[in-house]
Amino acid sequence: MTVVPNMPKAWRKESKPHKFCPGCGHGLVLKALGEAIDELGIQDRVVFGCDIGCSLLAWDFFNVDTVQTHHGRTTPVMTGVKRARPDRICIAYMGDGGGYAIGSQHLVNAASRNEKITVILVNNCNYAMTGGQMAPTTLPDMKTETTPYGRNVEETGYPTQGPEMVAAITGEDAYTARGTVANLRQLKNYLKKALQNQMEERGFSFVEALSGCPTNWSTNAKDTWKFLEEMMTRFFKVGEVKTPGKELGSEGKGIAREEAGKEPAKEQVEGIAREEKKGEE
Amino acid sequence: MADKPIEGEKRVFMTGNEAVAWAALAADADIMYGYPITPQNEIMHYWTRLAPRYEKRFLQTEDEISAGFTTCGGVLSGKRAFTATAGPGNVLMQEAMSMAEMLRIPTVLVVQQRGGPSTATVIYSQQETTLTCFGGNGEGMRIVYSTSSHQDLFDYTIKAFNIAWKYRFPTFVLGDGYQAKMRESLYIYDPEGKGMAMEKTMPFLGQEGMPGVDREPAHLRNTYNTEEELYAVISKYVEEYNKLTPEVVEYQAEDTDDAEIILLAHGIVARAALAATRTLRSKGVKAGYFRPITLRPFPAEQLRQIARTAQKFVVAESAQGQLLKLVQEAIYGETVPLETYLKPGQGITGEELVDFIDSMINGKIKGKLNSKINGKGGF
Repeated sequence: MTVVPNMPKAWRKESKPHKFCPGCGHGLVLKALGEAIDELGIQDRVVFGCDIGCSLLAWDFFNVDTVQTHHGRTTPVMTGVKRARPDRICIAYMGDGGGYAIGSQHLVNAASRNEKITVILVNNCNYAMTGGQMAPTTLPDMKTETTPYGRNVEETGYPTQGPEMVAAITGEDAYTARGTVANLRQLKNYLKKALQNQMEERGFSFVEALSGCPTNWSTNAKDTWKFLEEMMTRFFKVGEVKTPGKELGSEGKGIAREEAGKEPAKEQVEGIAREEKKGEE
Repeated sequence: MADKPIEGEKRVFMTGNEAVAWAALAADADIMYGYPITPQNEIMHYWTRLAPRYEKRFLQTEDEISAGFTTCGGVLSGKRAFTATAGPGNVLMQEAMSMAEMLRIPTVLVVQQRGGPSTATVIYSQQETTLTCFGGNGEGMRIVYSTSSHQDLFDYTIKAFNIAWKYRFPTFVLGDGYQAKMRESLYIYDPEGKGMAMEKTMPFLGQEGMPGVDREPAHLRNTYNTEEELYAVISKYVEEYNKLTPEVVEYQAEDTDDAEIILLAHGIVARAALAATRTLRSKGVKAGYFRPITLRPFPAEQLRQIARTAQKFVVAESAQGQLLKLVQEAIYGETVPLETYLKPGQGITGEELVDFIDSMINGKIKGKLNSKINGKGGF
């Protein structure tokens, strides 16, 4: 008996198998997103924008209207669509380089303006499409093509704390969270909340998804998951960072906000990084 | 919905920036995205005051990159969206315009040129000619109208929306700081009242119906995997661009039939060139005037005809040879000598041009004219 994998309804079957590398986390993020779109019943209202970098490979991934834009520019394109057509559900899909480096001014300002769009950012600690260079999210001492001896935090700083930054600059009605492909049910839940936040016209919503890149990490399956679950989570805390003050859909209220208060401060994150560095020396 | 912004036709006295805002309203533009830069600011200022009365929108973005890309997003949504910029802002805007070229997004961008390179002056120049015509990492497949008066700004802003949506190439209205800030008399009007129907718009993203069920989803991309794939796409664009060229090119000419000296200029300098041509004619010099209105596509064939009969072309511009390059390309192979009057970043008057031609005729400067021209002093 052939077992047919359960594909989200919003997926475009003609473009499967997808174009991502074996073991890449993008497929999982897009699966969670596809299911979220299905469960919210918004496939005919979604406008999906993908960036440059590996995320561009999603340009024909869904049976939803899609535009692939320039590096970092998906946020303004989706902002432009949303401002012109507020009845559409606009999703900007990008990587860590697109969102935190070349397009950081767009992320910061879209968040500040509380644009009613949903940004999904896949964090795999490197520029993967271009061959594995250092990204704003590269871990301290992590080797990449442009940090062959490891990322020196004295010279290049610490990994960008995206959802925390977005939470700090958005108003009460924003939603920010960090999920991981290691916990798909939770990630889908976050994506649904982020989309609901837009559907209910509350405000900006942002989900970072921790994801694996075996191709550029040069890891086998086991080590990929180990890096994702053990190393990345030391610097990137999984959880909701900010949920709107009022109840969102049928999901819980207020709890995440309390939890957010318990998030390690930046100094603590830096502390972990420094300890790591020391331990290895 | 309020009444139409302009009923019938009105004679007004206003700045060029104000004229552009009124033109966008008259053209039933839906939304402007913008970022402050002098000398285009008042387009936003007037738009933000007028637009809400007609249920139209505005977004002030974080920079011109964003203004360009949000404009792309607005147009992709099926709205008449536009933006305006100048100088360094025009440089940043080119990234989005390059995507507009590739995805055939009918954006409208009004450029009020200022001095360059870099920050330079906020006043005036014609130094954004090459940038506006050929900015981006592509082939310059765009339509560029160079205006020379407030009436032009009004007329061609309306026209830009129609031409952009008809042919789906990014369209530019190339003005300058003089036109932006000066006040001048013009007629503003409701285009429908003049029998001009606005080209219909359509959403490229976000159409009705369930994608994959009722209709195919829109999958717009600007990335290609192979050389052949890209070549096929660009070749089709080139073919379509060449096809629209005879339908779109516009120019103005006066006294060119028997002219020995042709004064060539675009934009506001064309006014000086026309004034100089008329003065020279009154003095018995066989002068003629040619002004390309579309810089992209360029009225090359029309200019080539004139190049075959004239004895001298004088190219005048407030740039160091940007129009000159377009002219040279257009008439390549013709033997008419070219003289230039180039003042990058500075305005040019008709009197200056008359003096210049006078000096040429009297052999005071290099590039002596054919002796057939009788120009013995006197003016």
